[in-house]
Amino acid sequence: MKLVKSLLATAVVAGSLGGVAMAQDKVTIGVSVPAADHGWTGGVNYFAQQAIDRLGATYPDVEFVFASAPDAPKQIGDIEDMVATRGIDALVILPGDPDAMTSAIKQVKDAGKFVTVVDRQLSIDGVEDLYVAGDNPGLGANSAEYFKQVMPEGGNIVILRGLPIPIDQQRFDGFMGGIEGTNITVLDDEFANWNRDDGFKVMQDFLTRFPDIKGVWAQDDDIALGAIEAIKQAGREDEMFIVGGAGMQQMLQRVQAGDKLVPIDVSYSPAMIATAIELTTSHFTGGIQVAGRYILDSTVITAENVEEFLDAESPF
Amino acid sequence: MSVSAPDIAAKPARGFRPDLKTIGPLVALALLILLGITLNENFLSYNNITNVLARSSFIGIIAIGATFVITSGGLDLSVGSMAAVIAGVMIMVMNWLIPSFGIGWSVILAGMAAGILIGGAAGIGNGLMITRGRIEAFIVTLGTMGIFRSLVTFLADGGTLSLNFQVADVYRPVYYDGLLGIPYPILVFALVAIGGEIVMRRTSFGRHCAAIGSNEQVARYSSINVDNVRLITYILQGILVGVAVLLYVPRLGSASSTTGVLWELEAIAAVIIGGTTLKGGYGRVWGTVVGVVILGLIGNILNLQSFISPYLNGAFQGVIIILAVLLQRGGRRD
Repeated sequence: MKLVKSLLATAVVAGSLGGVAMAQDKVTIGVSVPAADHGWTGGVNYFAQQAIDRLGATYPDVEFVFASAPDAPKQIGDIEDMVATRGIDALVILPGDPDAMTSAIKQVKDAGKFVTVVDRQLSIDGVEDLYVAGDNPGLGANSAEYFKQVMPEGGNIVILRGLPIPIDQQRFDGFMGGIEGTNITVLDDEFANWNRDDGFKVMQDFLTRFPDIKGVWAQDDDIALGAIEAIKQAGREDEMFIVGGAGMQQMLQRVQAGDKLVPIDVSYSPAMIATAIELTTSHFTGGIQVAGRYILDSTVITAENVEEFLDAESPF
Repeated sequence: MSVSAPDIAAKPARGFRPDLKTIGPLVALALLILLGITLNENFLSYNNITNVLARSSFIGIIAIGATFVITSGGLDLSVGSMAAVIAGVMIMVMNWLIPSFGIGWSVILAGMAAGILIGGAAGIGNGLMITRGRIEAFIVTLGTMGIFRSLVTFLADGGTLSLNFQVADVYRPVYYDGLLGIPYPILVFALVAIGGEIVMRRTSFGRHCAAIGSNEQVARYSSINVDNVRLITYILQGILVGVAVLLYVPRLGSASSTTGVLWELEAIAAVIIGGTTLKGGYGRVWGTVVGVVILGLIGNILNLQSFISPYLNGAFQGVIIILAVLLQRGGRRD
């Protein structure tokens, strides 16, 4: 660990020296994201590339360095390289594993770079200049609000969760807090790993186990799409509704079509990476103040407002 | 080697005094079924049994291929990623052919043919690098695992490849319907398993696999074409991955970089639970089938109960796997 740290420090020092040698008017922004290992991170990669292409064309003086990494050690290596060899002035990072990467990101900050952290909270406060994220507790709470509204007398529901990481816990706590004191009964909750195949399997077994399910909270659109196939297979699509999350185009189209099984969706868009890159670029090009916390709403998407979220170009 | 020798000697006696090594996986399976029955009254229902078997069939078909690869002393880590690439390319081929073929079975049959071909080609690639290139199977297939996985991410542009909805509707029954109440995936799995058992027990190819896995040099001196037999096991593995994907695609009609993640480990685990030795020399296809069903039931049972915290799912799975292997190893003298 010590060795890694001293190597890192060397890299940072070398990087800042290199930075001084470079032309002052050129700005380099490093963008580091996790590899596209599921639908949502796939969207992150897409929107990051798109924002970089657009901003690179608008501001010829801003250069972008983009890297996507399958795991935390590789991502730490990426940002070390960015500081050491590319002389970045700012880092926009969506840390795959925020706890493991906090100290590495702090090194970048200590070297005097502008740091923007996206989506996942680092384990210590005050490292980042700008924090851009979705509202996870809000995603749970807003979903719970909908369940309360359509199930005033209460009833049985099941929950399909993501992976056991803080984001999932925040959503879950937000939801459970929201339905507290109502007659809504959570029959069981299981992890479906933000994955369609697992959503299918877990839902199949929930359907076997519980003869009476009125609602399903999948809190993610990939899980929801798998679960929908299981519900269709059991022929029980008229008995229940399902609420996902993220705002995947395929789900939004169902909301738009008035599908009774998918009445709403809740936004948690991977495009937040584009927001972060855009704001960071403005810090250098516009000279406007952007530092602070920027939390995007987890908006409830219904048939009324679905138009503004539909985007035929998006792969997500 | 010392493992396979007593087996051959004990073979005639098997019918009279089944030793633990043979019935171990069956005992584990029976215990799991008992546990399932006590936990939930719907456990043995027609729907639950067909659900579990149908969704285990992909791993099952792949694991039967893996039984041959492992028996002959090889290893294929690339099968999960290979499945994802095949699914992705199949979907792209079908979507691409719709304008010329129209919506219907001709598109789907073309997609299926493409799936089998890519599987076979991937198997030839793995097999040639291992047998002609003389590179360790672990390294070759670790490499192709990464190549296939990033290829599917690249093809899907980081997102999800989805089959045209109308074609998906035509294709859907391949997973969800069946013959005489038995879903097609289970039927195909059964056919592949019976075929695999016959090939392993009754053909010279099956015996050559065991001979090579047991002692490669001796097999070579016995004028077995070691390289060709090995190559064929990898091609067979590739084709069976293709067959599994033919049944997987109609289920959700999509492929992404999460498709088939860790399938290779599940397939290898099923093979070993079934009594095949990891270092080769002895393979048991019916054991692999039992192993696959055990793995499928573990996941099912975890979802049918609420005593075990979902945080401990992995631990439960680990305990059952070790227990299943322990049961059969218990009977061995040292």
